[in-house]
Amino acid sequence: MLTRRQALAATALAALFVAPGARAQDRLNVIASFSILGDFVKNVGGDRVEVATLVGPNGNAHVYAPSPGDAKKVADAKLVFVNGLGFEGWLERLVKASGTKAPVVVATKGIKPLERAGEHDHDHDHDHGRADPHAWQSVANAKIYVANIRDALIAADPAGKDAYSANAAAYLAKLDALERDVREVIAKIPADRRRVITSHSAFGYFQDAYGVNFTAPQGVSTEAEASAKDVAAIIAQIRKQKVAAVFLENVTDPRLVEQVARETGAKVGGTLYSDALTDDKGDATTYVDLMRHNLRQLASALVS
Amino acid sequence: MSMLNDIFIAPFTEFEFMRRALAGALALALGAGPIGVFLMLRRMSLVGDAMAHAILPGAAVGFLLSGLNLFAMTAGGLIAGFVVAVLTGLVARTTELKEDAALATFYLLSLAVGVTIISLKGTNIDLLHVLFGNVLALDDQTLLLIAANATITLIVLALIYRPLVIECVDPGFMRTVSSAGGPAHLAFLVLVVVNLVSGFHALGTLLAVGIMMLPAAIGRFWARDTTLMILIATASGAVASYAGLLVSFHFGVASGPAIILIAGVLYLSSLLFGRVGGLVRQAFPGRHLEA
Repeated sequence: MLTRRQALAATALAALFVAPGARAQDRLNVIASFSILGDFVKNVGGDRVEVATLVGPNGNAHVYAPSPGDAKKVADAKLVFVNGLGFEGWLERLVKASGTKAPVVVATKGIKPLERAGEHDHDHDHDHGRADPHAWQSVANAKIYVANIRDALIAADPAGKDAYSANAAAYLAKLDALERDVREVIAKIPADRRRVITSHSAFGYFQDAYGVNFTAPQGVSTEAEASAKDVAAIIAQIRKQKVAAVFLENVTDPRLVEQVARETGAKVGGTLYSDALTDDKGDATTYVDLMRHNLRQLASALVS
Repeated sequence: MSMLNDIFIAPFTEFEFMRRALAGALALALGAGPIGVFLMLRRMSLVGDAMAHAILPGAAVGFLLSGLNLFAMTAGGLIAGFVVAVLTGLVARTTELKEDAALATFYLLSLAVGVTIISLKGTNIDLLHVLFGNVLALDDQTLLLIAANATITLIVLALIYRPLVIECVDPGFMRTVSSAGGPAHLAFLVLVVVNLVSGFHALGTLLAVGIMMLPAAIGRFWARDTTLMILIATASGAVASYAGLLVSFHFGVASGPAIILIAGVLYLSSLLFGRVGGLVRQAFPGRHLEA
C-alpha cells in the first residue's frame, strides 16, 4: 500500500530523474537568462551552440517567476550566461535548485557599472546592490558582453576556438558599425532637444554613452507604483525643462506615460525597447535591430 | 490662506491628472457606496471580494487577447463576473448548496481557468501592473466608463430599492407580498459586478472592493436608517478619495492604497466613536432618555 507521502516523494524523485539523458546532440547546450543575452550568445556560438533563454521575448526579467521547466533547462546546460549587476535576482536560487554543475558566466564582467538612475551625485563609495543592470544599452558594453561570451565558450569547448573567435570578430564588426550609426544620428539632434521621458529608467548607459537625457516617473525596478507626487514632479519637470518627447516601453504600464504626454503636450514617441527583444512578429528580434529601432524612434521624435 | 490653497486646492487646479483622478474616484464612490451598504446589510460583505477574484481572470484574458484595451478588459471582466453570479444564483436556488458555498466554488474555478489560460499563453508581461489600474492615468474613455457605470448603478438601484430593502430586512415577508425578490437580487448582483469592473480600472481589482466595503461599514456606525447609511457611506467614500489623492500627492505614496487607507482611518474612528454601536459609546452609554 502506498501512502500519500510515499506517492508524493516518488513523483518528486521521478521528476528529478527524468531531467538528464533526454538529449543526444553534440551541440553545446547553454542557457541565457534573457532574450538580449541569448542573442549575443547565438551570434558568438553560431551552429556549435544550442541556446535556450529563460525569460523569453517581451518578458520582464525584473519580476520573472521561473517554472520547473526552467530548472530542467538549467540542469541540462553546460554553461549558464547571466547579465549580473542584480538583474536576475531570482536566478541564483534557480541555479541552486536545479543542482546543475554548469559554470555561471557573468556577461557584464569588466563593465564599469553605473549607479541606478536618480541616484547620481549622492555617494560614490560604490554600493554594488545599487548598480544599474541595463548595461547593454551602450554598444561599447555590448562588445564586452561578446568578448566575455567568446572566452567562456572557448573555455567550455576548446575544440571550437577558431569558430567562436571568427564569429565574435564578425559580430564585433557589426557592433562597431552600429555604434558609428548611433553616434552619427544623435549628433544630428540639437543638443537642447536631447531630453526624453520613459516609463522605465533602463537607459542610464545609453545616456552616459551618447548624451541623450532620460528621465522616468518610476524607479529602476518596475515594481514600485508611481505616486501622485512622482507624476506631478515629472510633469513639472517637463514643463520647466521643455522635454521634447515621452516614450512607451514594452514592459510597463503605458497608461501613465500617455497621461503625462496628454497633460504636457510633449510628443509621444513609439516604443523604446529596453529589457527584452520582441517575438518574431515584432521589430526588435535581435539586439542590433533593437538598438536601430530605438535610434529611429528617438530621431523621429526629437528631430523636427 | 495661500498655504491652505497650496495644500488642498492647487494640486487639482495645477495638474489635470489630479482632476481626472478625483473625478474618477468620486464617480466610483457614488456607485460603490450604496452597493456596499446593501452587500453589508445582506451579510454578503465578502461577496465583493470573491467577485473581484472572479472578475480578475476575465480581465486578464481580455488583456491577453487584445492588449491594454479598455473594451476587451471590461467585456472580459463583465462576462466572467456575470457567469459566476448567474451560476451561483442557479445552484443556490436549485440545489442543497448555499449561496456562499456556490460562490466559493465558482469564483475559485474562474480564477483557476484564468491563471491557466495566462500560463498557456506563456507571456510574462507584468499582469499585476495592468490589473491594478492606476487612478493617476485615467483617460477620457475610462472616465466615461466609470461615470456611466455609476449612473446605471444609481438608476437601477432607484428602481429596485424597495424590494431590495424589504428583502434585506425581512425576506420572509418579502416572499409573501411580492415575487420581485429574486429578480431584484439578480439585478443587484449584476450591479456588484459592474461596479467592481469599473473599480478595477481606477484602483485595481482588490482595492475596488475596499472603496465598496469600508464606506459601508463606516455608515453602519453612524445611522440606523438605510437611506442615511447610504448617504454617509457615499460621503465617506468621497472624502477618502479626495484625502487619499492629497496624501499621495504630498507624501509620495501610491494613490490607490492611500485612498483605501484613509477610508480605513475613517472606519477606525467610526468604530471607536460611532453614534450607533461605537466602542466608546458602548462603554459610556450616557443617560437613557426614554421616559
